[in-house]
Amino acid sequence: MTKYVGQSVKRREDYRLVTGTGQFVGDIRMANMVEAVFVRSTHAHATIKGIDISEAQALEGVHVILTGMDIDGIIKPLVQFESHCALPPNLEEAINPTIHYCYEDVLAKNKVMYVGQPIAVVVADNRYVAEDAADLIKVEYETLTVVVDPFKSLEKDAPLIQEHLQNNVQSDFHVTTGNAVQSLKDADQILKARIQTPRVSSNPLETRGVVSTYENRTDQFHIYSSTQLPFEIRTYIARSLDLVEQQIRVTAPDVGGGFGPKGGVHPEEILIPYLSKLLKRPVKWIEDRLEHMTSARHSRDQIHDVEVAFNQDGTILGIKDHFIIDSGAVNYFGLTCAYNSAYHLRGAYKIPNYDVTCQIVLTNKTPNVPFRGAGRPEVVFVMDRIIDMVARRLKKDPVEVMRKNMIQAEDMPYDQGILVKDGAKLIYDSGDYPAALDQGLKMIDYEGFREQQKELKKQGKLVGVGISTYVEGTGAGPFESAYVTIDGSGQVVAYLGSSPQGQGHETVFSQICADELMLSPNDITIRVGDTTNLAFGAGTYASRSAVNAGSAIQIASAKLRGKVLAVAAAMLEVESSDLQMENGKVFVKTNPEKCVTYKEIAKAARPGNRCRVPGGMEPGLQVTHYFVPPTVTFSSSVHIAMVEVDKETGLVELKGYSVVHDAGKVINPMIVDGQVQGGIAQGIGAALFEEVVYDEKGQLLTGSYMDYLLPTSMEIPTVEKSHQEFLSTRNPLGIKGVGEGGAISPPAAIANAVVDALDPLEITINQLPISPSKLRNWIKEAERKKFKIEIG
Amino acid sequence: MKPAKFNYLRPSSLEEAVHYLSEYGEDAKILSGGQSLIPLLNMRLSTPKYLIDIGRAEGLSYIQEEGESLVIGALTKHREIEKSELVKEKCPLLSEAIRWVGHEQIRNRGTVGGSIAHGDPSAELPCVLTALRGEVVIADVNGEEIVSPEDFFLTYMLTSLQPDQLVKEIRFPILKQTSGSAFVEVARRHGDFGLVEVAAVVDLSEDGSFSEVKLAIGGVNSVPTALGDVERLLVGKEPTEESYKDASVLTMEMIEPESDLHGTAEYRRELSGTMVIRALKQATIRAQGGRVM
Amino acid sequence: MDGVKINLKVNGQDISREVDSRLLLSDFIRESLYLTGTHIGCEHGVCGACTIHVNGDPVRSCLMLAVQADGCEVKTVESLIQENGKLNYLQQAFSDNHALQCGFCTPGFLMTVSGFLEENSKPSEDEIKKCISGNLCRCTGYSNIIKAVKQAAQTVSN
Repeated sequence: MTKYVGQSVKRREDYRLVTGTGQFVGDIRMANMVEAVFVRSTHAHATIKGIDISEAQALEGVHVILTGMDIDGIIKPLVQFESHCALPPNLEEAINPTIHYCYEDVLAKNKVMYVGQPIAVVVADNRYVAEDAADLIKVEYETLTVVVDPFKSLEKDAPLIQEHLQNNVQSDFHVTTGNAVQSLKDADQILKARIQTPRVSSNPLETRGVVSTYENRTDQFHIYSSTQLPFEIRTYIARSLDLVEQQIRVTAPDVGGGFGPKGGVHPEEILIPYLSKLLKRPVKWIEDRLEHMTSARHSRDQIHDVEVAFNQDGTILGIKDHFIIDSGAVNYFGLTCAYNSAYHLRGAYKIPNYDVTCQIVLTNKTPNVPFRGAGRPEVVFVMDRIIDMVARRLKKDPVEVMRKNMIQAEDMPYDQGILVKDGAKLIYDSGDYPAALDQGLKMIDYEGFREQQKELKKQGKLVGVGISTYVEGTGAGPFESAYVTIDGSGQVVAYLGSSPQGQGHETVFSQICADELMLSPNDITIRVGDTTNLAFGAGTYASRSAVNAGSAIQIASAKLRGKVLAVAAAMLEVESSDLQMENGKVFVKTNPEKCVTYKEIAKAARPGNRCRVPGGMEPGLQVTHYFVPPTVTFSSSVHIAMVEVDKETGLVELKGYSVVHDAGKVINPMIVDGQVQGGIAQGIGAALFEEVVYDEKGQLLTGSYMDYLLPTSMEIPTVEKSHQEFLSTRNPLGIKGVGEGGAISPPAAIANAVVDALDPLEITINQLPISPSKLRNWIKEAERKKFKIEIG
Repeated sequence: MKPAKFNYLRPSSLEEAVHYLSEYGEDAKILSGGQSLIPLLNMRLSTPKYLIDIGRAEGLSYIQEEGESLVIGALTKHREIEKSELVKEKCPLLSEAIRWVGHEQIRNRGTVGGSIAHGDPSAELPCVLTALRGEVVIADVNGEEIVSPEDFFLTYMLTSLQPDQLVKEIRFPILKQTSGSAFVEVARRHGDFGLVEVAAVVDLSEDGSFSEVKLAIGGVNSVPTALGDVERLLVGKEPTEESYKDASVLTMEMIEPESDLHGTAEYRRELSGTMVIRALKQATIRAQGGRVM
Repeated sequence: MDGVKINLKVNGQDISREVDSRLLLSDFIRESLYLTGTHIGCEHGVCGACTIHVNGDPVRSCLMLAVQADGCEVKTVESLIQENGKLNYLQQAFSDNHALQCGFCTPGFLMTVSGFLEENSKPSEDEIKKCISGNLCRCTGYSNIIKAVKQAAQTVSN
């Protein structure tokens, strides 16, 4: 019964968004509302000696100013997020982690740990006046030694970022299977490399923002936040302000992109509600772009030192990797990115001997959190650069080395010998990676390209092709909720715990529900982004909503269908197996005239004397289902980039980009393609343009859109897309996640393509982004080296 | 990111504007199209006491031919230059360069006077003006003064404009019909300020050698720089790979780039050499083959 | 308050207000006129989310003071919808081609493109790319926006 699942149903969200009638947090207006502005640290590491607010306080239009001391003992510091940090006992045993908790005061009290850390908050009539006041606040600092380089942070005499710790290693762990050390001894050849992915910033076009109102009569807060996780925010506000959850309603209205960093909880999400109660009036805070660049959390920032054991025929025997994550001043997400990296590195390859150690290191930078891909783009860059380096060392085509090491279709389900973060065995559920590779090569006519490439190179046109593959654990638990109901007017309404930031939840979930209840998606109201109607919800991150919320609504809708049929059977005095449903009606198969509408059924299901709900069932037409996945589902993909390099300027032009993607069952192809294209655009940004740069004093050098370069329409090609559809065995519809996928492979594919374009010049690209200045430098180094070798 | 308070003044004529400047100049900023100034106001990097909005001052928006020059009023918008047939005909270099300025939304508001007065060494118009040895007409209460680009652009974001002065008009020399010109730029992304940009105009003798060369480079020094020595080196020479190479080498010696986020000094120096060759080649092809742009 | 009286036309309606001289046009539109379809993405003139029309030309409203719009004709995304409540050709093309995801940047794109198509109803792909290059989108990767503009151009030239 999949009339709508699988169709490119147009989005129901669009009407309001193209007419300017959507509602983002910044669009919310309330009587009496005042605006907040934060005073943020201008130093990366310093003791706060004093804060003088007198002049600011005297300014007309200022309502209140709070500093860290004002809320000391009233608002608890933020601590790492338990729901993301807790490890299952078997995983803990397997990887033997050390994890130290770290903290951040919602307003820095004694010292600041990064530029942009909130120090004080001003509430005034409007943002203009609040900024005037913020300018008048004088903070006296005594500077401390700043550490921005994670290796320096590891040194013995490095200043402590989190003072209650013994050193700046916040966590470490060790994952191993087989015997990597032995494989390094056994192999024909060994390759060593340092491969790093820089710090980047997610930069949704809508910055963060919070509006809070407090209702005195019920002692309740209604908080609007541009968040991916309304339920988590509710929990944390309750925890931080000593409230109970029922006092708090969190709404995520239209959210203008998230990509990871709008998950988790930021200090402002705690303070603004506090202020709304303090002032007894609505308080609004909208992050500006400069604040976003400094204070909204960053991501990636990994350095891998790998040793690779391989044989002459291209077989990779083992990998030993030690990597560091520069977590900035706080690590809120435990091992999320780190362990994602550790368990994803080998991707589509069989590498029996594997040994990874990881250290999460604190520095004086903005905290580092998951961002689209969350640990995978970093290791896919490592793995696919390894494949390319091994191939070039052996003078083989990279495709040959890929094929040599790839997991075959008949190996499925394939056990990688270690554990997933949820404690389940790392077993790939389904897929055919070699077939995907072949499909991709065919799309670009690989053989033809190689021929053409030779000709073009002769003419001085340096074109190259680069390939990357990944396998991604998607659809992480712990659960997602769906509550489906038919209200008194016969309207089907579904509430879901995962809330969107542009993924089209209202559309795709209505497709699933419509198929179960034999309606059109337009007949169904989908409510997302609100804590009111569900006891529990998780949120949107980790390519999980289609898998978890999709499964939850599918199962809940199916259960509701059963109940609707049962009530209808009682009403029509037949067996439910004699019934059929269509277009909001239930009728007797053999006598379609005999029917009842959903509205009539809803009426008959009301509690009371006339209730027609069969015995043993609760009255009403409501079903809640919590879908708990057994473990993650494994999406996979092959990305192929084609570039032309201007050797003289170092500029890289993307000539084409092709993708083969397996997202299991596709609910809405149009939306899936959109996710893939959008993810790739972010990946291209990471490959060629984006990098958060700090100077040695911890000052952010990429604090505006002039310096932090997001790709525009001129830099992004239209991606050629092709799909595989290997159903997941881990949920009823066979869905795998797709949200992050696009962003994972572009850096590796593009780096490989650039190396290929410049071949036979042997350049190595193990850093990002590939800026023209850096590429020129690598080219010159390689030329010098080659020249030396040729001269002898 | 909201501007700090200021006193807003809106003169309706040039006379009124310079009068305000003579009174408040030290504490004032001129607001023209605002495309460079308003970001600075929003970030509170600029907090003038007085903002003199000359946007409504009459008679400052025009593009006209006067003798050997194309004369453009300070309030003329980039977009008007982009669309102007007169500019295309008389100074194709300017038409080509203007398309590199920001994006359309910026060009719809940004003015020529504003761009020149802002003095950004990587902006396109100052580079063109410098290459062509044009003129900046400056006004104050005492009248007008004509300044060469060399004397006008002092250093990074600093011009010779005194607090009581404003840019009234820019004069771009009209290019000979026989000349070929080119404006080339390398930027990280389309619409960004250039890492390096080069404006070139060449004229050829009947024997095919360079009879006249005008060349300037932007984005590498603290001001847009006319490459006089390179011009002299080329005049009389044939447009060969060797001449281009010599021009490139000399260019690299003449400039003093600094490192920043988007490129090292070494990269910028080398890129300058490369781009000078590309600009010269392009301009030469146009001089040889007509005015195709 | 350093109030300045301004008169302007917004989406066809005459407006007369006294505004603080430092008030940005983007804030005036959103906060004083409640037209919140114009979004603020960067406030330093790079992202294009706040694009509106002033006297027919697409401009960034975060780079204008409200006082500078005195006497001008302003159009925002709210002006696009047809009187019968139906989407106009461009809005429809965006929806048809999935040219938006979160939708935050969308009003800026719509205003940039609608100005552009008035001048050039048969744009090449390259011209379309250039036209929208002053608007950042972090969700779509642009390809569907380009498709939508092509569809819209088709509608205009028919």
